[in-house]
Amino acid sequence: MLFELHHVAYRTHDTKVLQDISFNIEAGSTLTLTGPSGSGKSTILRLLANLISPSEGEILYQGQKTTSYQPDQYRQRVSYCFQQPTLFGETVKDNLAFPFAIRKQAFDEAKCLARLKEVDLSSNFLGKKITQLSGGEKQRVALIRNVLFEPEVLLLDEVTTGLDDFSKQQVHQLIKNEQERGVTIVQITHDQSELAEAKLQLHVENGRISQ
Amino acid sequence: MKNLAVNNWSLLLAFALVLVSLVISWKEKLGLTKDTLYSVARAIIQLVIVGYLLKAIFKVDNLFLTIAMTLVIIFNAAWNAYQRDPNPHRKFWQAFVAQFIGTYLTLSTLLVTGAIKMVPSQVITITGMIAGNEMVAIGLAFKAMHDAFHDQRQQVLEKLALGASPKLASMEIIRRSLKTAMQPTIDSAKTVGMVSLPGMMSGLIFAGVDPVYAIKYQIMVTFMLLAATGIGSVIMVHLAYLNYYNDQMQLILE
Repeated sequence: MLFELHHVAYRTHDTKVLQDISFNIEAGSTLTLTGPSGSGKSTILRLLANLISPSEGEILYQGQKTTSYQPDQYRQRVSYCFQQPTLFGETVKDNLAFPFAIRKQAFDEAKCLARLKEVDLSSNFLGKKITQLSGGEKQRVALIRNVLFEPEVLLLDEVTTGLDDFSKQQVHQLIKNEQERGVTIVQITHDQSELAEAKLQLHVENGRISQ
Repeated sequence: MKNLAVNNWSLLLAFALVLVSLVISWKEKLGLTKDTLYSVARAIIQLVIVGYLLKAIFKVDNLFLTIAMTLVIIFNAAWNAYQRDPNPHRKFWQAFVAQFIGTYLTLSTLLVTGAIKMVPSQVITITGMIAGNEMVAIGLAFKAMHDAFHDQRQQVLEKLALGASPKLASMEIIRRSLKTAMQPTIDSAKTVGMVSLPGMMSGLIFAGVDPVYAIKYQIMVTFMLLAATGIGSVIMVHLAYLNYYNDQMQLILE
């Protein structure tokens, strides 16, 4: 098993966000979390990304507690993409250069252009100002930022919500490419077409799993 | 020193100036009467104690006593800077280390270059000026850092999610805080002598020193404050950003 969650609970002050969450995720699979807004789906993703720690229970990644890994290196392997991503700096290049800066590597333009092409963004996008991008283009750039160094797991938090059909299609294709590469995907979606295709689903309601 | 005319009687008469402030507060219903009286009383008591203390220390002229006095100044400045940090996870030792290194590095440069002499009257007064300015700069850095972490929370989270270290995720905030801390010293260096005649220079001119000689000290003070606020704040911001993260490199904002 890639991920094992054992009786995980998460509380903020007096609010019980998650209670007694236990499930496993197999390597290379795609798991879709469903459920109403505020049910705790995003919290599960944030726990998997080790952006927050469980109040109770434990999460294992490849048989070891997530907290036993060096957190920054762990997050390079288990990559979280936000619903409404914030782009940094001024240009698209500033954003794609960031994963290289994290790994102290020189910027590889050819690599970035190839990935941009994958989501139908041409080479002149690299120099484009982020203020000139549409919502769909921003989300595609943000996703490329996540997958540039091929993570083992992609955590997708409603990444297609609010996107136009064309952008949605490009994002779907990118996710498909990642699945074919063997990347494990845990996603949250309310999109009916995505739900219809999701083979493995887990329903979250009031902070609990209800299958 | 023949021009220095202030005595107890003239001070008592000058107290009329405080009365002006009290009348304004009373007339305008500002509710500051009590606070004004308290602050004036505190200032008088503190200055009287410091006056006698310095007189005694200057008379004894002992190296260890001088160093002890500078440590007291640094400790007080660090404590006050620390109190200005809005982050509940603040740490006093960080403010102390920043003040300690910033002050002693600047002070020792001034001593080695011969700009000041190793005598209590010069070392203690200069330490007070350095530590005081550093305290203000560090206080500004704390406030700017706290605001920036709240304003840029989402951006920091995304950088962490991409696998950035807390340092890389906070780099923009560190720079912004440092700039805020150093800006007032740089700005005041631009207008020194044109808008205000600073304390050091005014004091020397008051005491009858040739203004051309007095400005040399002021130039030294300008250099010294630029260095001290720079060193103190750079150490502080590089320590303080860590207080916004836990050991799992997770952002902790209350």
